[in-house]
Amino acid sequence: MQSLYEKGSKRQMSTTATPPIDTQVQSPLAHLSEAQLAELAGEFDAIRDRVMNELGDRDRRYIESMIEMQRRLAVLGRILLLASRNRAGWWAGTSALSAAKILENMEIGHNTMHGQWDWMNDPRIHSSTWDWDTASTAEAWKHSHNFVHHTYTNIRGKDKDLGYEIMRIDPAQKWNPVYLAQPVYNLILMALFEWGVALHDLDFEAIRKGRKPMHQVKRELKGIAGKAKDQVVKDYIAWPLVSALAATAVDVVVETRRQRKQPRGLLGRVKRRRQSRWAPVVEAALNSGGKTFRATAKADATANIVRNVWAYAIIFCGHFPDQTYTFSQKEVEDESRGGWYVRQLTGSANIEGGPIFHIASGNLGYQVEHHLFPDMPSSRYAEIAPQVKDICERYGLPYNSGPFSQQLGMVQRTILRLALPGGKPRPKPGPYRG
Amino acid sequence: MAERGAVPNVPKARQRALHAVRSLFTPLLPDDYLELINPLWSTQELRGRIERIEQETPDAVTVLIRPGYEWGGHRPGQYLRIGVVVDGVHHWRAYSLTTDPGRPDGLIGITPKLVDAGKVSPFLVHKARPGDIVRLGGVEGTFVLPDPAPPRLLFISAGSGITPIMSMLRSLDRDGALEDVVHLHSSRTADGVIFGEQLDELDQRRPGYRPHIRITGEAGRVTPPDLDHLCPDWRERQAFVSGPGEMLDALVGHWRTEGDLELLAMERFQPVIGGDAAAGEGGTVRFLSSEIEAECGVGTPILVAGEEAGAELPFGCRMGICHTCIGKLCKGEVRDLRTGEVHGQKGEMVRTCVNAPEGDVAIAL
Repeated sequence: MQSLYEKGSKRQMSTTATPPIDTQVQSPLAHLSEAQLAELAGEFDAIRDRVMNELGDRDRRYIESMIEMQRRLAVLGRILLLASRNRAGWWAGTSALSAAKILENMEIGHNTMHGQWDWMNDPRIHSSTWDWDTASTAEAWKHSHNFVHHTYTNIRGKDKDLGYEIMRIDPAQKWNPVYLAQPVYNLILMALFEWGVALHDLDFEAIRKGRKPMHQVKRELKGIAGKAKDQVVKDYIAWPLVSALAATAVDVVVETRRQRKQPRGLLGRVKRRRQSRWAPVVEAALNSGGKTFRATAKADATANIVRNVWAYAIIFCGHFPDQTYTFSQKEVEDESRGGWYVRQLTGSANIEGGPIFHIASGNLGYQVEHHLFPDMPSSRYAEIAPQVKDICERYGLPYNSGPFSQQLGMVQRTILRLALPGGKPRPKPGPYRG
Repeated sequence: MAERGAVPNVPKARQRALHAVRSLFTPLLPDDYLELINPLWSTQELRGRIERIEQETPDAVTVLIRPGYEWGGHRPGQYLRIGVVVDGVHHWRAYSLTTDPGRPDGLIGITPKLVDAGKVSPFLVHKARPGDIVRLGGVEGTFVLPDPAPPRLLFISAGSGITPIMSMLRSLDRDGALEDVVHLHSSRTADGVIFGEQLDELDQRRPGYRPHIRITGEAGRVTPPDLDHLCPDWRERQAFVSGPGEMLDALVGHWRTEGDLELLAMERFQPVIGGDAAAGEGGTVRFLSSEIEAECGVGTPILVAGEEAGAELPFGCRMGICHTCIGKLCKGEVRDLRTGEVHGQKGEMVRTCVNAPEGDVAIAL
């Protein structure tokens, strides 16, 4: 098997003319017969059935404790930010709030909306009722992500997450001068990721081609506007106001006490008459109120950006590192269930890390396992990873994985390189060998 | 997905206060945070805390529950829907309330009997502990004592069929109205008599209460002709009967031929659906999610017609109790197959398992 891959890679390396793009990379499926693919599908189905049949109290406790931890962190962050004009208060509050937002977005929101916890039959923790603290409406995101991306994963021209329609991240995508700017808007997307995702959910191609009725576009835009309003009111008006009021109250108390301590007697009375007794109190209040309002708003903005950058980094490492394969629409014609599994397996890449990393990334460090079983509770991915690797080894398939810095570095290199015309597929690692 | 609990009776001031601060918590609600302190504080659904569990027989317990908000009350004989988590999965079941509404400590009780192959009863009988939180749904049922209670009563129960009758007995006792009541109860074994001690105690304290307990494992079943010597004036009494379907069918037949069917009320734990099959007009149901259309014959529940047309629909008890199958009615009216009542406001949540369309309807399922 190895020779086959090496031959494939060598051929890519030595080809200078523009060969038909579909044959540039040896398809990971090429060496598997239909019968082998059917057998492989049976093995993956068996992993899924085993886990799904075993779900119970332990799994429920996991997601409930995640939700509880997230809510406690959010409360902690908001309380610390009451003191956001203080440097330590600002940093501590911003950290807690960022952590809460990351947890809410990744391990809780993304996975719940995938239906991973629907088996609990609980109306509170269910894909049909969950909403998250980001710009995307649950409904639009579930369509563009759960359906379009997870069904057509890495099929060029069908998986709209392959470069999100604004980036060229695969050499087989046709170049166009707009991509020259992609290194710049890549950075903007990183900071404003949730807004990018929300707009992406609208599916501009479908709108342009008239495949999406205008009333639906209007409804979705209204949805985004509603979510935007909610986030702006919450993070940039309501909580800053609460912090400002708290800080003002503290200052009014402190200043009033100080005034009372001023010298009494004749001299003191003369001194006090010269200026209003309340002027310093009002001044302190206005001063600290405004300052705290700005500090909390800044903290909230920072937490949103931290969450955006983190989500961007994890998600871009899911399908864009060098190891992953993309597929032409022709290659996946009449795809069997086994073929679907292999495409998910080879089109995704894992990120190596410890338990805290995996929780913070919503277990998308197990992107491969997630793509094989999108509705399996994320807490089970670590446990099935060895079984997936074993299948890869036995069927001569790759198991894409690497450290975070390496994966993210590859993605950034690709974004820079493919801003320019041309580019070749990167060499692939070959079958997993334990 | 299972439904939520009933909407609790929350004081207005509290509702307004929570509403005022909700923008601080979007997309969650202030309730989602208050629940961290006490799950009973949710204003979104009524919950209860298990306060005590009392062993009634080797395989039946009474679970006493304190509701989170003021309990809306029930009429003796009605049943309560209750939601519990078993092995991580949420289930709803309906159980007759066995406590009476006048209880001064405000607790409500159900008395489940173990069904070995079941999911919920093994949990309630063996695993549930005081302190556990349960969801509370609505109170339902038409098997209730009239108000005021008729002076002469006859209760006939068998097995766990005694549960709604216990609530009636307790209520009559509390109101001092237990004046002329004959109670025939059957149980397979002597130590399997649910509420055996309480019935004895009532017997001693209230001369107007005359229980007759038949252990069917030893003495055989009570048959309708036995009534003539067990309760010679049964024809003149308002009768309440609760137990297995066979027993009810036999008694209905007997009352029809020998007595006055008007004086017989009964509780079936397996309601007969589509009893009045000739009523109504049927119609076409459009399921909005799948865009499947189903022709629904007279007396056919929406759920059955939909399944036959290939729609994947949620279902639970299939007898109108658990509300798992509910869907939002978007157009038209439906007929409740249990009561014959035609109803349907736009946006109403209807149970597809006990409702048939009355003309053309559309449902968001």
